Amino acid sequence: MGSATGEAAAHGAKPANRRGQGLTWVPAALAAAIFAALWPAIPTVAAGEVLRWGVAWVPSLGVNFSVLLDGLSLTFALLISGIGALVMLFAAKYMEGKYHSGRFALYLFLFMLAMLGLVLADNLLTLFVFWELTSITSYLLIGFGHADAKSRRSALQALLVTGMGGLALLAGFILIYTVVGSFDLAVVLASGDVLRDSPLYLPILILVLAGAFTKSAQFPLHFWLPNAMAAPTPVSAYLHSATMVKAGVFLLARLHPALAGTDVWLWSLTLFGGVTAVFASVMALRQTDLKQALAYTTLMALGTLVLFLADGTSAYAITGFMAFLVTHSLYKAALFLVVGTVDHGTGTRDARILGGLARAMPVTAFAAALAGLSMAGLPPFVGFIAKEVLYKGAGELPLGTIVTGFALASNALMFAVAGIVCLRPFWGRPRGETPVPPHEGPWQLLAGPIILSVLGLALGLMPWLKQQALVSPGVDAVLGRGGEARDLKLWAGVNLALVLSLATFALGLMLYAFHVVLRDGLNRLGARLPSLDAGWDRFLDGLKALAAWQTRILQSGRLVNYMAVTFATLLAGLGAALIATAPGPIMLEMPYLLVKEWGIALLVLAGTGVVVSTNSRITALAGLGVVGVGVALIFVTYGAPDVAITQLLVEVLVVVLVALAILKLPSLEPETGRRRWFDAALALGIGGAVTVIMLMVLDVPLDRRLSEYFEVTSWPEAFGRNIVNVILVDFRALDTFGEIAVVAVAGIAAFALLKTKIAPAKEDAR
Amino acid sequence: MKSVIVESGARFLVALLLVFSVYMLLRGHNLPGGGFIGGLVGAMGFVIQTIACGTESARKALRADPSNIAMAGLGIALLAGLFAALFGDALFTGQWLFIGATEESKGLPLSSVLVFDIGVYLVVMGAILTLVFALEEEA
Amino acid sequence: MEQILALLIGVLVAASVWLMLSRNVVRFLFGLVLISNAANLVIFTGGRLTLGAPPLIDEGADAPPALVANALPQALVLTAIVIGFGLLAFALALVFRAYTALGTVDSDEMRLAEPREGEEGAAKLPARGGATPEMAREAAE
Repeated sequence: MGSATGEAAAHGAKPANRRGQGLTWVPAALAAAIFAALWPAIPTVAAGEVLRWGVAWVPSLGVNFSVLLDGLSLTFALLISGIGALVMLFAAKYMEGKYHSGRFALYLFLFMLAMLGLVLADNLLTLFVFWELTSITSYLLIGFGHADAKSRRSALQALLVTGMGGLALLAGFILIYTVVGSFDLAVVLASGDVLRDSPLYLPILILVLAGAFTKSAQFPLHFWLPNAMAAPTPVSAYLHSATMVKAGVFLLARLHPALAGTDVWLWSLTLFGGVTAVFASVMALRQTDLKQALAYTTLMALGTLVLFLADGTSAYAITGFMAFLVTHSLYKAALFLVVGTVDHGTGTRDARILGGLARAMPVTAFAAALAGLSMAGLPPFVGFIAKEVLYKGAGELPLGTIVTGFALASNALMFAVAGIVCLRPFWGRPRGETPVPPHEGPWQLLAGPIILSVLGLALGLMPWLKQQALVSPGVDAVLGRGGEARDLKLWAGVNLALVLSLATFALGLMLYAFHVVLRDGLNRLGARLPSLDAGWDRFLDGLKALAAWQTRILQSGRLVNYMAVTFATLLAGLGAALIATAPGPIMLEMPYLLVKEWGIALLVLAGTGVVVSTNSRITALAGLGVVGVGVALIFVTYGAPDVAITQLLVEVLVVVLVALAILKLPSLEPETGRRRWFDAALALGIGGAVTVIMLMVLDVPLDRRLSEYFEVTSWPEAFGRNIVNVILVDFRALDTFGEIAVVAVAGIAAFALLKTKIAPAKEDAR
Repeated sequence: MKSVIVESGARFLVALLLVFSVYMLLRGHNLPGGGFIGGLVGAMGFVIQTIACGTESARKALRADPSNIAMAGLGIALLAGLFAALFGDALFTGQWLFIGATEESKGLPLSSVLVFDIGVYLVVMGAILTLVFALEEEA
Repeated sequence: MEQILALLIGVLVAASVWLMLSRNVVRFLFGLVLISNAANLVIFTGGRLTLGAPPLIDEGADAPPALVANALPQALVLTAIVIGFGLLAFALALVFRAYTALGTVDSDEMRLAEPREGEEGAAKLPARGGATPEMAREAAE
């Protein structure tokens, strides 16, 4: 990582950069411990038992923090913790001495925990939370070299794409909840028929698939994955081979019993998976960066995995899925680590330069060869078995011909890529000068590739081990019934699958032989095709432009506009409420009123008119006073002396205060123009609506229970004869306390506002 | 605006309004009045003095800074409310002590409710005067 | 009288909305005073009107007479009046302050925080007598 070292230099190797340096082995040890803790569960789960353990987390929402350990989640958990331990060991050495290597180890470990939580979750909401946590931790990991703009962009792109998918997933889960009535996986998985018959099935499927496809980088949302290779190699090895990108596939497998078995499921998975697989293999052929090539083969593998989940019932397809899942995780993690070791040992990952490394890096070459042969699907490696089962599974599918075609094409391309990545750099003659003289890596770097690739060979020679421990329980879990898994055999006799395998090898050899020519041709072609990556940038730019546009409209910077929008919304709300309640005709009675009542009403009316119409500050102030006094008179007339006194005193204070300030302010200028007509219409609308609502309120009989309670308890229990005051200082004293606090704060805030010294703008004062 | 008549009249009025404000405060529990009204009346007295003689003189007459008065009032009201907790009641439950109570008469009632109302009185008066003084001095 | 008050409240609300929509912040203040009054009247009228019977308990009685004004809305309105006053005072201080700092009461001219499109916030301000740094700092706070 050139950027990482450059960054360390730029920051001037501070002691803080070395923090946690000596502890980077701890995550690896912890991961190994988790792996060891999960190991004893294998026989139990293989025997068909499902382990559950949980505590209530948010009981009111039916969310439990619970763990579900069945064949599927155990297989994933073992892969995650096992490969995790090896990758973290690798990372500890790989990142040694680099900027914030301790932080890197921490991120990696956090990611592993999130991933484990995701696969072990027994509740859709818990699953979602961990799903998002993997997005966030992967954001930190991809953007680890944050001094580099490319890293930042890649990280953000991955976060946004998977984050959007996550939101869709949440919506999908909530819809599932509305259908099934529970977030519990056990309930959801048992309700497959209810879900499939529900009218919400299609929206649920679309939303869940959106989540899974973004996470697992299915075409056309795949572009973030190759970009994410900006991350340090251990991240690519871990997130982008064995774990995070598999989360989407995991989700599809997990929900397979609940959602699979319909035509929509079949077609969408077949098409997306198949297109992704073929497209990615072709793209892989184009790459000259070994890591990029591996990234595209990962895409291809993901496409294949999705393809094999398409069918609802075929045991062969699901057996193929599980076998390929395990196989791919093993060899792909090994290969990423090999590439990391090559990078570490030579300083470059360019396929055009590298060659003949086997002499200088024999151990790496050995691991690469084993893993590469597994990837190419040659016997006796586990990759061969997986491919055989895949072909058999493909033949069983309803869309067998299509699937077989997709599988054949992508496997042949994979074969060629395996040659490019695993053979060419190590054999033959050096093709160019490497930045660093090639040298073998230390044991921490080699442990991972060796263990993983040897495991690939071992499981290939002894397929029953893999079958019993990982594949069969997984198949049972995905299909939701026991004893369905097909046998994994190294030699199954001469059959269609074998013929297809041979065809794959032949096709693959040809592709490998001509790959340099093909690469140039594809590059010329690729330059002309529209790039989805650039499309994403345009999409983001468009989003920003949209945001800017609507901000300009809504946030015009004119206070009057804000007020107008607020009042218009109020009017719309009131109007909608009025229409919704559809009031009957309200009887307006001409009441018999005392003279003084008419007088008060006219007084208030007159005062209001004066305030509205005048352009003189003093006249307006007088009008306000008149209104205030009129309101006080209303209070006193209808039996509220306390309120009337308060109103009167406040009115006097208002007039005094406003008078103090207002004479220093410029005089009012008449306002005209079309705008004021609009304002007047809005004002009349709101006034009218308030009146109508008020009349409706008065039409409903008043519930006086609370008032009566205060009336009868005021003296016997609170020893007060003024009920209003008793309510204020006794019954509702806490409210009153809050209110006087507001008054105190208003006073002090105004004080602070007035006393803060700033230079007045005298020359503009009118 | 300085006028001898207004000034001397104001002094008299201030005293009168202050006494009246305390009267309004104390009678509030049984008759129209109470902390809000008392505080407003009290503030009114000092506002008159401010207009007549300026904030300097009003501040001197008030002795304490009005924002301190408001905060003290808030504290008193809070304590009156917390007082109930000592007796195991819910916060802000009124506590009463009747001095010299007989069968017919309840004697002289002392209560946390009255203390609370005094707090209200001080807050209202203090907050309003904080404002008026600031506005008068800055405007 | 309740229905008359309902109409009166409508007039008060309409007047205050019209005032609050004005560009002149002083008119806005007047609108604020009126709408406080209108709101208080809404609460008061909502509790129904009882002519001249304050909610007081006579000496020697345990409860008020049968037909007495509703005490609950009165208590609500009483505090609302005082709080409304606090709000108005604060708004007044704000308007006053804005005027001394910016030299205008036209809200369209008060664009320190959100300058017009294509116009730098500071571009217009140096003309205002060297107040820019202070104002910028205040805006930042």
